[in-house]
Amino acid sequence: MSIIDYFRLDSQKSATVAKERLQIIVARQRGNGGSRALDFFIPKLQEDLLDVVKKYVEIDNDQVRMHLDKEGDYEILEVNIPLPEEKLKKLQ
Amino acid sequence: MAKIIVVTSGKGGVGKTTTSAAFATGLALRGYQTVVIDFDVGLRNLDLVMGCERRVVYDFVNVINGEGSLNQALIKDRRVENLYVLPASQTRDKDALTLKGVARVLEALKKRFEYIVCDSPAGIEHGAIMAMYFADEALVVTNPEVSSVRDSDRILGMLASKTRRAVQNLPPIKEYLLLTRYIDKRVDRGDMLSAKDVGEILAIPMLGIIPESTTILQASNAGIPITLDNNSEAGIAYLEVVARFLGEEPPERPKKSIFTKIFGNKN
Repeated sequence: MSIIDYFRLDSQKSATVAKERLQIIVARQRGNGGSRALDFFIPKLQEDLLDVVKKYVEIDNDQVRMHLDKEGDYEILEVNIPLPEEKLKKLQ
Repeated sequence: MAKIIVVTSGKGGVGKTTTSAAFATGLALRGYQTVVIDFDVGLRNLDLVMGCERRVVYDFVNVINGEGSLNQALIKDRRVENLYVLPASQTRDKDALTLKGVARVLEALKKRFEYIVCDSPAGIEHGAIMAMYFADEALVVTNPEVSSVRDSDRILGMLASKTRRAVQNLPPIKEYLLLTRYIDKRVDRGDMLSAKDVGEILAIPMLGIIPESTTILQASNAGIPITLDNNSEAGIAYLEVVARFLGEEPPERPKKSIFTKIFGNKN
């Protein structure tokens, strides 16, 4: 490091900035820190789940919500499918 | 068993073709029957870097379409025993490569060669997928620069999902990071991502670091793979990459290599 660097107050190195930015992008690209393959199978899984649920209850395509979370060493896949009241009543 | 290795990156201009030529030449220098295939249909360049552009008669697409035989299309290197080049076609039809056709050519090559090196085009479209689809191992060529690192991560995602090994639930492709155009001084000054940084972000094993070098341009000007230049630091670094790929500890160099500087002598 040169003497000049000591006088540069904003002297966060550009490489450090690059690394921080990349870590965020890459984590997002992989689905919140998940593995890379997950990114690609989630849309397909969403479709498949929808097909299965539709066999029993009528729901709209946008009613399946999926969320991938990371806790320590685990990935948690959260699936939310609200079932409309009226449709359920009909079934009973 | 023949091994198929894809040289890929997502981003263009990071050194895929230079790496394919240098790496394939390095393997052949070690006595392995090696072929290097240009998958960049429409923009072939491997023939130039390998210095055999005037000997191209039939190409990859001709072989797929049955317009010429594999033997007619393979160009034998005049400098290195056991080294062959399969050039890309200059056709504008981007979909000239089909999965079936590529599979057939690779099957035929597997009978004859020990290593099949696939030089991928840039991007994440048809050509790039064709190049990586049948791979057993992948060299992900990356520059220490934000756009290249991000694109490499995208490519890693595709290697893990859009390839034969992924689709058929086989053991995944072995991925290696190859850092190119590395400038030690700039890393020391803090204005270039270090090998350690890129390694941490991409989280795959590092096969080597190729320093930025004027000798690479000179070699491609002349059509000589850089691994044939014994005086080039980049050429030596590529030979070390080949050694590491073959599972060897590369010999100690008198001057400390960038690699040992970063990872210590044991790695």
